[in-house]
Amino acid sequence: MALSDRFPGVRPQLTVGRRLDIVWRHAFPGTTSLLLMLLSLTPFGFWGQAALLPTVALTCVWFWSLFRPAAMAPPVVFLIGVLLDLLGYLPPGVGALTMLTTHGIAQRLRRILSRQGFAVVWLIFITVACGIAAMNWALVSLLTFSLVPPAPVLFQAGLAAAMYPAVAIPLSLAHRSIADPDQA
Amino acid sequence: MIRPSIQARHALARLTLPVMVVAAFGLMLVGKVDTVLVERARVTMYDASAPIYAALSEPLGQMSKAVAEVIGLWGLRVENARLRDENERLRRWQSVALTLDAENQRLKAALRWVPDPEASYVTARVVADAGGVYAKAVLLSVGPNHGLRKGQIALDERGLVGRITEVGSRTARVLLITDMNSRVPVILESSRSHAILAGTNGPRPRLLYWSEGTVPKEGERIVTSAEANAFPANLPVGTVRYNANGVPEVEPDAQLRALDIVRIFDYGLNGFAAPEVTARSTQGRH
Repeated sequence: MALSDRFPGVRPQLTVGRRLDIVWRHAFPGTTSLLLMLLSLTPFGFWGQAALLPTVALTCVWFWSLFRPAAMAPPVVFLIGVLLDLLGYLPPGVGALTMLTTHGIAQRLRRILSRQGFAVVWLIFITVACGIAAMNWALVSLLTFSLVPPAPVLFQAGLAAAMYPAVAIPLSLAHRSIADPDQA
Repeated sequence: MIRPSIQARHALARLTLPVMVVAAFGLMLVGKVDTVLVERARVTMYDASAPIYAALSEPLGQMSKAVAEVIGLWGLRVENARLRDENERLRRWQSVALTLDAENQRLKAALRWVPDPEASYVTARVVADAGGVYAKAVLLSVGPNHGLRKGQIALDERGLVGRITEVGSRTARVLLITDMNSRVPVILESSRSHAILAGTNGPRPRLLYWSEGTVPKEGERIVTSAEANAFPANLPVGTVRYNANGVPEVEPDAQLRALDIVRIFDYGLNGFAAPEVTARSTQGRH
């Protein structure tokens, strides 16, 4: 047990319920990201809802890659990217590559950003969201051999920047409570 | 179980990201080579997730209805006066319409007019936005054995919505007339001249290729044309509005932003395949 190696001491016996609890806490980031993406497509009927799906995917991948990289491993990120491609009608591979890039950037900045406050992380996220939107636009243009209008991706980047607290605050609450494997 | 050494595990962990990036590039290649496979994967994905949306749309609909009711109570008096006015106006129009209809029937009888075949239709609920960022489309939830086909025409209670581009076992995708890839042959109603309605992904599609000398007029009604055998003639599409740059655009009659229930008509047309499908239809489907 890796956990008992790190923290020697007395701990409760591993019953079935506790095992399930631990598995759930490890699976929480991936599962909730996929569920949030599916829910973001429900027709609420407000304008510009199409940009909600990439926003949710980007925020979830960024947040968990930064704060719980063990639970947001590259294969999980890839899966989220493929779902983004399929549900968001992007050329296949675009979502996967942009999400993996986000993950890679978050991994690189992890050591610096984990010591910073919420506002700094948010600011860096805005920069990343703009970069990812530009990358998304360039890839779609390249793969469809046409210059797609840039307005939707600009809107998407703006929405991601504006919605970050709305997604990240509940996620960070969950991160410290129901999704924390050390509390199992 | 053989446990790899810590160094080996670290090396493996560092390798997964590059491997996944290569896989993403592989996916792009597959997407370019086999479009049918991608389309099937999408349809399967939507078929699997449609029940979630269908289950959610019921309480969501009730919630928005409740909100609308509260807002409605607010402006009850003003709304009532407006409706009384409108009702009076509509009653006048109704008498005009009835007279014209009777006259039309008499003239048709005198000419021995062969009536157009009645179109059959099915009604379906819009359960999700299926356009993504670069397209305008909606997902319909339909029962099994629905008999829908690509190219069939979707209308809401006011006007043309779009055409079916993909059909799954429980879902169908409708490409809206506002989508960038949508082209609809239309007729300007007062001058009877032809034009093409081209989607821009914005809320108002644009008019293109009208004949010289018959410039679309502000407020003119636009209906579909039977040219190219893709649409039946005279379905209501919208009204002409000039934008700030002097480009004629069309305000769609259909409420494309708040689609709830659409009717799918089978006019038995076999002209053009719906957009996006033209390249693939030659490859055949399973």
